Amino acid sequence: MPQLMKMIALKLSDIAKRFGPTVALDGVNLQLRQGEVHALIGENGAGKSTLMNILAGAFPPDRGLMEIGGRRYAPASPLDARRRGIALIHQELSLAPHLTVAENILMGLEPARWGWLDRETARRKTLEVLESFHHPEIRPNRRVADLPLAARQVVEICRAMAARANIILMDEPTSSLQRDDVAHLFALIRRLRSDGVGIIYISHFLEEVREIADTYTVLRDGLSVSTSVLSSVTNDELITHMVGRSVENLFPSREPGRADEVLLEVRDLSAPPDLRHASFDLYAGEILGVAGLMGSGRTEMVRAIFGLETAQSGSFKLRSKAMVASGGSPTLRLMQGLGYLSEDRKGEGLALALSVADNTTMTRFASCSRWGWLDRTAQREQTEAWITQLGIKARSPLQPSRTLSGGNQQKVALARLLHQDADVLLLDEPTRGIDIGSKAQIYQVIARCAEENKAVLMISSYLPELFGMCDRIAVMTRGRLSPARPVDEWTPETVMLAAIGGEVEGGNVISNRPMEEAEEARA
Amino acid sequence: MVAATKDEKALATPTFLKAWLARLGPFIGLILVIAVFALLTESPARYLSPFNLRIVLAQTVIVALGAIGMTMIIVSGGIDLSVGSIIALSSVVTALMLRAGYPPAMAVVAGVCVGGLVGLVNGLVITGLRVVPFIATLGMLGIARGVAKWIAGQQTVNVPQTWVNELAVTFPTPSWLLLAPGVWVALLLSVLTAVVLRNTVFGRRVFALGSNEAAARACGIPVRRLKLWIYSLAGLYVGLAGVTQMSRLRQGDPTVAIGAELDIIAAVVIGGGSLSGGEGSILGSMIGALIMAFLRNGCQQMGWPNYIQEIIIGGIIVIAVAIDRFRHSRTFT
Repeated sequence: MPQLMKMIALKLSDIAKRFGPTVALDGVNLQLRQGEVHALIGENGAGKSTLMNILAGAFPPDRGLMEIGGRRYAPASPLDARRRGIALIHQELSLAPHLTVAENILMGLEPARWGWLDRETARRKTLEVLESFHHPEIRPNRRVADLPLAARQVVEICRAMAARANIILMDEPTSSLQRDDVAHLFALIRRLRSDGVGIIYISHFLEEVREIADTYTVLRDGLSVSTSVLSSVTNDELITHMVGRSVENLFPSREPGRADEVLLEVRDLSAPPDLRHASFDLYAGEILGVAGLMGSGRTEMVRAIFGLETAQSGSFKLRSKAMVASGGSPTLRLMQGLGYLSEDRKGEGLALALSVADNTTMTRFASCSRWGWLDRTAQREQTEAWITQLGIKARSPLQPSRTLSGGNQQKVALARLLHQDADVLLLDEPTRGIDIGSKAQIYQVIARCAEENKAVLMISSYLPELFGMCDRIAVMTRGRLSPARPVDEWTPETVMLAAIGGEVEGGNVISNRPMEEAEEARA
Repeated sequence: MVAATKDEKALATPTFLKAWLARLGPFIGLILVIAVFALLTESPARYLSPFNLRIVLAQTVIVALGAIGMTMIIVSGGIDLSVGSIIALSSVVTALMLRAGYPPAMAVVAGVCVGGLVGLVNGLVITGLRVVPFIATLGMLGIARGVAKWIAGQQTVNVPQTWVNELAVTFPTPSWLLLAPGVWVALLLSVLTAVVLRNTVFGRRVFALGSNEAAARACGIPVRRLKLWIYSLAGLYVGLAGVTQMSRLRQGDPTVAIGAELDIIAAVVIGGGSLSGGEGSILGSMIGALIMAFLRNGCQQMGWPNYIQEIIIGGIIVIAVAIDRFRHSRTFT
């Protein structure tokens, strides 16, 4: 094992941290060697981010010992951590968009003489780090706001390099990247590794972890429960470690129950420019999956149905009662029994500053109010019921939603739909960015809704999820929705091909017709 | 390789143009305001005369000095609502010192330092007590005004005739000065501060702080100390504005400059400063101050009543920011 020969760059022993009554970390051991990519795996809320923040000097641990290169490490501040060669690359980019590339890369370490910026040195240093990344469009004097997302990620990594970091912490660095850019990032990581940099890599995606990391540590409930070489474990074993039980049945087994009652009938819906044409029937008790690339018009379709986007044409029938598509408002749709789960949890899914109780009951305050006066006790009790039923990890219904982990926030958003008692659930990426344990729970909730004869429309980019959950699948391609077909008539390959613009007939894929192309060009 | 450079140029040109348009925006606004009034008045020659120009500049000095400090604060993502009260306090302190017979230079320094001190207190409340700048300085707006009235005994403070009274006159005594000494001082300080914001580590960190405070902290920038410096320095400028205020009135008046903070913030915002931080320039703010001064002066020349001025200036602020938003919606996508 050549890895064992390398020097230990970072060693953590028995790290613990509490925030008030919440135990975030409860004894974490971890060893990172030079020139190694070490995956830190765990569900949301397992304590990964807390651990990263302790390492980066944001706050000290309550207990435990940290060593860098055999010497005790107790950073007093982020600056201190940076001086000791630790750099944290955040999940959300932490760049100053108004400043230039050079200013961002050298932030905090600006070369200067008597307080006056030495722009020439700054430029030279920036070019030095940029040199290894083959991104000619990233010039030192360019404003970061003008760079594409992937390039900003490079700038962020350059900042870590400029500080001569020999330990880099990456917190889900690929969450905002496209596929190509992920490949670039991995190339970068391999370069850093061969230069002897130790990297701790946090990710939800096991495939991704397998591709890039050498060793791993699994965190569960603030404890490091397993650590070894990645090639020695299977994905199933990793998942078992993460959730503390085996998730053989990630997807609940459900009857392909499909009542014959059409709850929602959509005809010729269009909302240009993104949505051109969609027609489908949604039956009571079924789960209809909508696949498609991001930006294909999937989201615009459900938003148009829900009245958040103006439909240009089309008609709905809800329980056989006709209504025109345009002119619907979310208020009206809510009253009609439609429920919408946004893909943008932070932006519009939840009011993060408000409590779990407020978020849960928001769409149906009538359930806990009289003459406009809120009955706080009733509100709390109703919310508590949902917390128990969905297994939401919250101390109290009055806890601000912001303080919950992503998976639990998503459960709150779902609890709102359930509390609203919507008959038609429009779910946009219901499990994006959340951990496997929460996913399994959310799948169960969705399946239960279908059992209760509600109609579920589920948009997803994650194909296993569509195949595991849905009765029928339709594919959105450049604003046009294909007819829905039973799930066993699809394969993941045919769904992907349909999504990227091929056409499926009788299971065979036929490539784009030139007619269609010409039409695209005209429009 | 050739293709790549071409692409780059194609990419670079519009951003370059946009940047220049953004810089020229306030300039165009200023020229527009002057042109409109020159056309409206019966005697454009008088409106555009050096005589009138001097009046406008002398009137601008107070807002301009305040706007230099406010630009730093707004660029850093903060706000200071207490500047009007600081101007009053500092004018009263200066007047009291002069009346008590201290040398004029000392009185001026005291006035300036009182401003700096109040700024420092603002900074301490914001960083130490973690009160958001809006609230911290809203509190100071009341406190500083109250202290000014208290130490002035609730009345104006008359001062003996000294050179301090000549700081902001329309016609300076050595006539070769052309403009009031206060105008020259403001000009000098604005150039100095612009250079500091552009070329020093301090200046760039002010921008970094306003653009992304979390990132600045994570990069080891001492955020709290930086804020203390920003509010204190801004306070010094506002203190100087207070001295100038005293000089114009030739008395210390604790009830002066009520609402001046809004004029000063408006100047910065019209000049391209963003209240969410990270953006703004001294040059822009100075032009913003001039736009407002020319508007006021133009309205007076036209004989329009005061309320018309207020309506027009209010409208200009909204339009300036709306144009700015429009520009942003295109840049940041």
